Amino acid sequence: MKDAFGAPQSLLVLGGTSEIGLATARRLIAHRTRTVWLAGRPSPALEAAAEDLRHRGAYVQTVAFDALDTESHETVLGKIFTEGDIDMVLLAFGIPGDQERDEEEPLAAVRVAQTNYTGAVSAGLVCAGALQAQGHGSLVVLSSVAGERARRADFIYGSSKAGLDVFTQGLGDALHGTGVHVMVVRPGLVVPDSAAARGTGGPLATIPFTRTPLVTTPGAVADAIVTGLRRRSETVWVPGALRAVMSALRHVPRPLFRRLPV
Amino acid sequence: MSVDTVSLTGWGRTAPTTALRFRPRSYEEAAATVLGCGPRGSIARGLGRAHGDAAQNAGGSVLDMTALDRVRAIDAAAGLVVCDAGTTLHRLREVMLPLGWFLPVVPGGRYVTVGGAIGSDAHGDNHRAAGSFARHVTEFTLLTADGEVRTVHPGTPLFDATAGGLGLTGVILSATLRFRPVTTSLMAVDTQRADGLDDLLARMTRGGHRPYEYARIDLTARGRATGRAVLVTADHVPVHALPASARRTALALRPAPRRPGGLPFLSGLFGRLSASALNEIGYRSAPRSRTGELRSLAAFFHALDAAPHSNRVSPTGGRVHYAFLVGHGQEETLRRIVGRIARSRCPSFRAVLRRCGEGGPGWLSFPAPGWNLALDLPAGLPGLARFLDSLDEEVAAAGGRVSLTEDARLRPDALAAMYPRLPGFRALRAELDPTGAFRSDLSRRLSL
Ligand SMILES: Cc1cc2nc3c(=O)[nH]c(=O)nc-3n(C[C@H](O)[C@H](O)[C@H](O)COP(=O)(O)OP(=O)(O)OC[C@H]3O[C@@H](n4cnc5c(N)ncnc54)[C@H](O)[C@@H]3O)c2cc1C
Ligand SMILES: NC(=O)c1ccc[n+]([C@@H]2O[C@H](COP(=O)([O-])OP(=O)(O)OC[C@H]3O[C@@H](n4cnc5c(N)ncnc54)[C@H](OP(=O)(O)O)[C@@H]3O)[C@@H](O)[C@H]2O)c1
Repeated sequence: MKDAFGAPQSLLVLGGTSEIGLATARRLIAHRTRTVWLAGRPSPALEAAAEDLRHRGAYVQTVAFDALDTESHETVLGKIFTEGDIDMVLLAFGIPGDQERDEEEPLAAVRVAQTNYTGAVSAGLVCAGALQAQGHGSLVVLSSVAGERARRADFIYGSSKAGLDVFTQGLGDALHGTGVHVMVVRPGLVVPDSAAARGTGGPLATIPFTRTPLVTTPGAVADAIVTGLRRRSETVWVPGALRAVMSALRHVPRPLFRRLPV
Repeated sequence: MSVDTVSLTGWGRTAPTTALRFRPRSYEEAAATVLGCGPRGSIARGLGRAHGDAAQNAGGSVLDMTALDRVRAIDAAAGLVVCDAGTTLHRLREVMLPLGWFLPVVPGGRYVTVGGAIGSDAHGDNHRAAGSFARHVTEFTLLTADGEVRTVHPGTPLFDATAGGLGLTGVILSATLRFRPVTTSLMAVDTQRADGLDDLLARMTRGGHRPYEYARIDLTARGRATGRAVLVTADHVPVHALPASARRTALALRPAPRRPGGLPFLSGLFGRLSASALNEIGYRSAPRSRTGELRSLAAFFHALDAAPHSNRVSPTGGRVHYAFLVGHGQEETLRRIVGRIARSRCPSFRAVLRRCGEGGPGWLSFPAPGWNLALDLPAGLPGLARFLDSLDEEVAAAGGRVSLTEDARLRPDALAAMYPRLPGFRALRAELDPTGAFRSDLSRRLSL
């Protein structure tokens, strides 16, 4: 059960090696989380992530889960819920794709769309149903600022996140009053905590936005998620300033937006 | 019997969860609900005045007991009442006062059911004199997991597990309560100001002869004023103390003067600032010392009332209630905690210090001899979770405990040290209710 501060005791991360997912798990273990399920494609990285969390004092299990194999979601995820309540599901899988290549290879673009959107719709619905049956819990979905307005540089990824974002908002409305809390998290550009600590020099300097305050880290996203849980927020922007920035950018006319260095 | 799906919280309005709410109108309907509950079990709920998640059951059934509210029999000579568990203390007071009997224990005002008062073994300002609620229960009937209705008497393990047992042994259907005799509906109230915690503890330890005693502590005052408080002690006024002309209406129910409703709203809006302002007003407006002020019962106990919806006034989210107790001789811990709360500048409201007397037999019952401090804090305060965890550690290290009915956040592993009779409680439940027909969010959260 979550406590008065929204701190869960059990956590399911879909995309068990996700940097953001693991940073969040570490934060939550420092609060009340004792049971963690890491669902992801089997790999040494997944096992290593589980081992790290065990060292932090949690009881951790890994489960084979592939976002693209939507047929299996009902069975794979359903089984986790039969073993005990899940107070929070973090939907953290996703691939950024490679815009240039994806434009040339439609099948590669489809893979981005299927992972980020179709896979998430399927897994999201399965988890929402299970949470509703237990009468409580949070479904936290990692969307992206890229879904907020189409950008030349990443619109294939962005469109998949736009779909996911709208889906999650709608799901939140559908589940309003059922005891299940749905939260959309929209991070800006996420750079590793270590790179952020080193400053904005080095190779990162070539990435747009890096010099702006709109860059964030997995740790900061995790903190924002913990705060969002406490407040039962429905939408969380990380960093928080993105909310204002994006509400301005949303209204910039397209001819002008095309020329912005974003 | 009405059934609906609702999202429920405790009085603190944190951690809402959804359950099927049944409102049984007879014992048979209650039994059918318990027998028919699904794998997520069921739990009894009174008026939901417990601050935390004790009376909610995510995904399961909740038995709203408030339709079972008949007063079944009164023995006006002995002061005994047999009533359904959903009867409120407010109603019992109305029925019994004209007959010369008053509630033996008044916890948090009138809006509490008899079932809730037994389920949390509630205590009032007169704990040292009267003990907690279960002491005044001469028997109750309990609907257990097998659908049977058992009559339970004090001195039996089932009684001791159920008193303060948070509804986890079964559903209390009815109870027989012993009231205390009074000859008027008036209280004689003494008020004094203590200018710091040491002064307060000295005054409280010195004691008087009044059975009711509580101190409203200003936890926002710092420095030398840390722990300054208004100490209130009171007793029932005997009829012979009244002028002859007033004796005829001595037991009349006198309504309490209306309180201004706006202040708690301010408290929600401005947090810390208004907390210290309200505390300041509360302290300054109290007389430095006044004795023998006459107040109606309603006015005296009204101060504690949790009137319907009065917890909705805060627009900024829920409240966390922190109620703990440390034994006599642990004043140093109390001092440290009060100091830490004051220094942390938490906007705390309604902080009340009481001195408790002998504990009851309830295995999970909260009151025990010592100092009981309870306060309200806005749940949204950053860092509050960690802060309260660290207070728990101090409390546990001093052999104290945190109240479970009021809890919404305790760390499960802190429990065993605070409630040494927990293993017995678990064993009894395992035997009486092997399939877990009675569960609540609290029992899941703390693995009770
Ligand atoms: C402003 C305020 C001040 C308060 N002050 C005090 C105080 O001074 N001292 C004190 O001790 N408490 C105090 N309380 C707490 C309150 O007295 C208890 O929480 C009491 O249990 C609430 O009764 P309820 O009918 O609302 O029960 P609920 O809150 O609905 O339920 C409380 C518990 O009792 C169980 N329960 C309820 N009915 C039954 C039943 N029929 N059979 C079995 N179990 C049942 C529930 O399962 C739950 O575990 C205060 C509360 C408020 C809001
Ligand atoms: N990084 C950013 O700048 C940024 C910004 C905004 C939003 N986001 C979003 O936030 C989420 C997490 O980001 P992150 O930075 O933590 O990403 P990350 O470290 O790259 O992790 C992505 C995760 O997705 C998993 N995954 C990919 N395809 C999968 C599939 N078919 N089935 C199951 N799992 C699959 C990966 O598992 P494998 O180990 O098996 O590959 C990995 O665990 C993503 O949804 C991302 O889109 C990221």
